[in-house]
Amino acid sequence: MARFDGFSAIGLAGAAVAVAPVLALAVIAMQGDGASFGHVLNYVAGDAARETIALLAGVAACVLVVGVVAAWIVTAYEFPGRRAAEVALLLPLALPAYVLAYAWLDLTHPIGPLQTALRGALGYANPADLRLPDLRSLPGAVFVFGLSLYPYVYIGARAAFQSRISAQVEAARLLGARESGVFFRVALPLARPAMAAGAALALMETLNDIGAAEFLSVTTLTTTVYATWINRSDLPGAAQIALAMLWIVLTLVFVERWARGARGYAPEGARRHNPARAVGGPAGIGLLALALAPPALGFATPAVHLARQAAQRVAANGFPPEIAQAALNTMVVALAATVICVVGALVAVAGRRYEPTSLLRNGLLKLSTLGYAVPGTVLAIGLLSVLGGFDSVLRAAFAALGAKPPGLLLSASVFAVVVALTIRFFRLAVAKIETGFERLPLSLDHSARVLGRTPFAMLREIHLPLLTPSIAGAALLVFVDCMKELPATLLLRPLNFETLSTQLYGEAARGAYENGAVAACLIVLVGLFPVAFLTMVGSARAIEATRPRTTAELDGAREAA
Amino acid sequence: MACKFVSRLSAACAFAGAAIFGAAAAAQEVNVYTTREPGLFAPIAQAFTARTGVKVNTIFVKDGLAERVAAEGAGSPADLLITVDIGALTELVDKGLTQPLATPAVEKVVPANLRAADGAWSALSLRARLVWASRSLPTDGMTYEDLADPKWKGKLCMRSGQHVYNTALLAAMIAHVGEAKAEEWARGLKANLARRPGGGDRDVARDILGGLCDVGLGNSYYVGLMRSGKGGADQKAWGDGVKVLLARFADGGVHVNASGVALARNAPHVSDARRLVEFLLSPEGQKIYAEQNFEYPVDPAATVDPTIAALGVLKPDRIQLLDIARHRKAASQIFDRVGFDR
Repeated sequence: MARFDGFSAIGLAGAAVAVAPVLALAVIAMQGDGASFGHVLNYVAGDAARETIALLAGVAACVLVVGVVAAWIVTAYEFPGRRAAEVALLLPLALPAYVLAYAWLDLTHPIGPLQTALRGALGYANPADLRLPDLRSLPGAVFVFGLSLYPYVYIGARAAFQSRISAQVEAARLLGARESGVFFRVALPLARPAMAAGAALALMETLNDIGAAEFLSVTTLTTTVYATWINRSDLPGAAQIALAMLWIVLTLVFVERWARGARGYAPEGARRHNPARAVGGPAGIGLLALALAPPALGFATPAVHLARQAAQRVAANGFPPEIAQAALNTMVVALAATVICVVGALVAVAGRRYEPTSLLRNGLLKLSTLGYAVPGTVLAIGLLSVLGGFDSVLRAAFAALGAKPPGLLLSASVFAVVVALTIRFFRLAVAKIETGFERLPLSLDHSARVLGRTPFAMLREIHLPLLTPSIAGAALLVFVDCMKELPATLLLRPLNFETLSTQLYGEAARGAYENGAVAACLIVLVGLFPVAFLTMVGSARAIEATRPRTTAELDGAREAA
Repeated sequence: MACKFVSRLSAACAFAGAAIFGAAAAAQEVNVYTTREPGLFAPIAQAFTARTGVKVNTIFVKDGLAERVAAEGAGSPADLLITVDIGALTELVDKGLTQPLATPAVEKVVPANLRAADGAWSALSLRARLVWASRSLPTDGMTYEDLADPKWKGKLCMRSGQHVYNTALLAAMIAHVGEAKAEEWARGLKANLARRPGGGDRDVARDILGGLCDVGLGNSYYVGLMRSGKGGADQKAWGDGVKVLLARFADGGVHVNASGVALARNAPHVSDARRLVEFLLSPEGQKIYAEQNFEYPVDPAATVDPTIAALGVLKPDRIQLLDIARHRKAASQIFDRVGFDR
């Protein structure tokens, strides 16, 4: 029986905050009569589900292939420019998916620069004479989401390749296995948990998207939720569909966990080896080109296009005066949510590691990561009820005491935005820190406990220093996603409070994307800060790079215990 | 000393609290919750502040305006609720989130069919849903019904049927010909689509120029935004590249939708809010709607921007705005039934 200590208390608080909006949605859903459900089942669900499944399958294949191959290239081989490619592969994280969709649509449209140049080269005068596939299609959406989301798989797979399998890869090579055999039979199976976790994150992002999907003309179940709510004024019906989707997502997550089973992937006694094979000459350049292709398409090309448009806007209209404040607001909100997510995830994951059999702690951890599986606006609607309820109770209390009721305390506040972001992205921090913990041998914990360390002292003195790279990685992912988040920020923020993404959306909503280009470029620039910072903070240790601990270091840690 | 420390600390906390938690009240201000894009509302708010000294605080929300105001309850700081669609506006009224505008300007300036009889809401500006076509096409006297004619098979471009601009048009069609015939029409549109519905109105102009389709639907103010060059050189080319027709219903006029305003039930600054409504309906406010946003002013006496006036004289449809709002749900369901967006 696990003790109920600080770890449990903090875990409980976190889970309560995360579950409250979902419960509020359930209450809303119960007010409906089910008529919307019938309409959706009869006319929409079949096609929307087919399209959703096709989109998810395509995106899964795309992020897995791109993420894993890229991670393999930068870890298994040493070639000129490898280090730069390793960092560049993270860059698409800095671009919101719908901005990527906009930029690529602009570039590939029949009257956009690419096709115009192509027609010029081939001698066609009229766009109608040369009809190429439209980006606004299912394959186009797979292309855009794939480019936008492969970093989730790449980060995990790269860490797995670096830390877990060096010895095995080296052994396979020494035994004369071909490179393809090393990759498919040794590396890939061992990287499976990281790949599954990364792909799951990418798929939930895809499922929750609404902006890019609208651009690219795909109808997912999420767009159905919106139509029910907005056009048919049936919030209970929309909540019912959203909860049904949440249930499906959770089932899938459960199945994935179950399929993975209890197989251990922790690298007991991993030693520091560098199995990277030096590749020079044309083959090295080929590898570099291959590794740079995803960031070139997923970041450089759209970013240059945006920068060009932003430069035109600034030349014509000057620098938008509100943008500096928006950048500051963005950083404050994202930073606050990041700190809460990372500290909370650390406590929750450590709490479970220290009491692995505790149903309470396992359950709390699962519940507190629920928010990632709910679309942003839907989560925000649930949160509105919760915060509004709190405020009205507060007002009632003031009134009962004969005092003048205050305005809103929690609703319509920066606090509300931070809470929403925290709930939404807590799972990212948990996922990263979980993988970090998995890499630390349990023998460390056992020594520490034998030597009389309390769980908290163990976390502070032993695990925390060893987890620095994972914590940095978690912070990076959460920060960047908070910065890009749109729907919940848009609906919950106070008066006169703009972030870069709401600023960008304000322009985008009237189709003036080029006016939003300045904000989009700033999102990219602000997003580059954590990437640059984490790269500088010890290039070998940062980002999540997580090279395996040397025996000496682990011994040092044991001694410290 | 401890006391001093505590008082300083609490002062600091109060300061931080004011910044982090709910908005603090100040005297001369009015709070506007709006689904109007900030770039389109800001010029009017600035002009109002310049004239009256009353500060305008705004928040631009896309979906969930009604839910937010409802959740905030009695403590809500919202004064004015401004939407860009009549359906969203009447929904606020139906949910009991508003109080009568009770502003003389509304009755004086706004024609009776563009405001609630009981003063619950008023339109501020109008936009028309027009047919955009390839310049080479003979398309005179085109009706909305014509768009479902099989001769346009594979030639029609539109944004999503579940977008409120298209749902409102179909709702108006229901009001004209009934649900069954309206569904037939939607089926005809679906059969004529050149590409899957999606993107925005301006994509229709771009797609016509790109040879993807010949006809499409787009709102009037986009024509102004594109042709004026406000959206940049690329968009000017799109706007100039298409022909714009004041389409109409076979037995009616041009489909118009309204942006409009309602006064929040718990508005803390009622009198300043009413002053802002007066200003929005004043010749100066209506002029900004026309010139900055290229919309049709609701005041029949106000002038339309020359770019828009060049499209021809607008003869709005006779269908009441309220009827459009009423058929919105049925329209949305029809678009689902005919599988419009897939």
